[in-house]
Amino acid sequence: MDDLYKEVILDHYQHPHNHGTLPDATNSYEDSNPLCGDKIRMEMKIENGVVTDVKFTGKGCAISQASASMLTDEIKGKSLEEIKHIDKQVVLDLLGIPLGPSRIKCALLPLKVIKASAYGIHEWGDEEEE
Amino acid sequence: MSTLNVSSIREDFPILQQFVHGKPLVYLDSAATSQKPESVLRALDTYYRTTNANIHRGIYQLAEQATEQYENARKQVQKFINAKSWREIIFTRNATEALNLVAYSYGRANLRAGDEIVISVLEHHSNIVPWQLLAQEKNATLKHIPVDGQGQLALDDLENLLTEKTKIVAVTMMSNVTGAITPLDKIIARAHSVGAVVVVDAAQAAPHLPLDVRALDADFVAFSGHKMLGPFIGVLYGKRALLEAMPPFLGGGDMIRQVHLQESTWNELPHKFEAGTPAIAEAIGMGAAIDYLNALGMENVRAHEMELTQYALDKLQEVPTLRVIGPTASAQRGGLAAFEMQAEGTFPSIHPHDIAAILDRDAICIRAGHHCAQPLHDFYDLPATARASFYVYNTPDEIDQLVASLQNVRKMFNK
Repeated sequence: MDDLYKEVILDHYQHPHNHGTLPDATNSYEDSNPLCGDKIRMEMKIENGVVTDVKFTGKGCAISQASASMLTDEIKGKSLEEIKHIDKQVVLDLLGIPLGPSRIKCALLPLKVIKASAYGIHEWGDEEEE
Repeated sequence: MSTLNVSSIREDFPILQQFVHGKPLVYLDSAATSQKPESVLRALDTYYRTTNANIHRGIYQLAEQATEQYENARKQVQKFINAKSWREIIFTRNATEALNLVAYSYGRANLRAGDEIVISVLEHHSNIVPWQLLAQEKNATLKHIPVDGQGQLALDDLENLLTEKTKIVAVTMMSNVTGAITPLDKIIARAHSVGAVVVVDAAQAAPHLPLDVRALDADFVAFSGHKMLGPFIGVLYGKRALLEAMPPFLGGGDMIRQVHLQESTWNELPHKFEAGTPAIAEAIGMGAAIDYLNALGMENVRAHEMELTQYALDKLQEVPTLRVIGPTASAQRGGLAAFEMQAEGTFPSIHPHDIAAILDRDAICIRAGHHCAQPLHDFYDLPATARASFYVYNTPDEIDQLVASLQNVRKMFNK
């Protein structure tokens, strides 16, 4: 029926990849979207500048949870330098669906949390803001 | 089925004639803002085309006509809520500003350290945050009336909650989430017996229920025009003796009697509280909205919404996993239904944002989120709910479409 809720999005929502916690995490961050209450926590293990493992927990809409699931797949094994280049467009390409201005915030929350976790919120700044 | 001729009413609302995503618009978000009938749109248009001028100071005919129309709108509001005097009606930007006016003007002048303000768990953020700011500034204590399992205020402990220390009680007349119509008579009687003033948030109630501020004996009542078929404007009603004794809220033009370089004296009511050029066209448009509602009759509006709400509550039960929050009887609630769709089988619960996004594809407008009532959602342990709300132009057929679309949401998520 709907291009917004493709099978792949619903699959990630129902069976999220890398879901859970990481007891030996070196970096972690949690944030929420005050508009809708979406919440994402990322825990990652960074060794020699490379993300060797990452897990997330969270609550929220299918878009935010699928985005978190796909992004954790995407960054695993990547260097911090490579992760710097993951931007809004990468997330939209991963999701592969058209998103209006309010839903883009849901899609980008996991990326914001990943970057804040990897670099610290201040270093990351506002680059993903509209 | 209805006490209103809804098909004829619908013809008065141009926006409802349109198609969205190729489907007829189903507008179920009137609790956020209502649609506007032709007569209100015409009142705005006519004002700007024929009598637009700034009010109160002009000597020429246009300005006098504009002033008369603006002040006439105030008298319409006065009659609509049965206030004793037009001087008790203050136009504000919105209901939020009306509540802030009370907190900043009455609250700052009358609250002392150790005093108590009582709100409720049902409140909209606009009836929570101003009181938090006031309590912080004055070292006062903020307490709340709890909510029971039905989403209604629990008054068992009212005697202990409202005491000699209580100076302000601020409660909603109708929850914008559970729809609960609150037992204001008991709260107001108790508050007055301990010498507290009562501030009623009637943003949801005024558009949907007959409202008689004198019968209610409320000290302050806040509501807005835009939720009752009118433009974006707010109203504060206050008992005259209280308003007379209060200091101004905002300073500027029109609210003064005399201005000197070091000090000023204040204009009489209600102008003391209307600094600067007000929303003139919007006030006149609100007058037209009141005419429209009066022609329908507020008793009939209420009866129509009760029928529609009962129909919706019954039909929504047909959707497995869907749970409506709030009172189960339509007599105890306003015309809205907030709900969640719970987890089923291996599937997690369906987030309200997903529900609203899928319904949008069927041109059905509902709201998803915490509806500016986070404490109430915390009480239910829900981050958000989906909410369908009804008004004079909604039909049982639209509720059937809502339910069909919700069945479809469930199928999509549960394969």
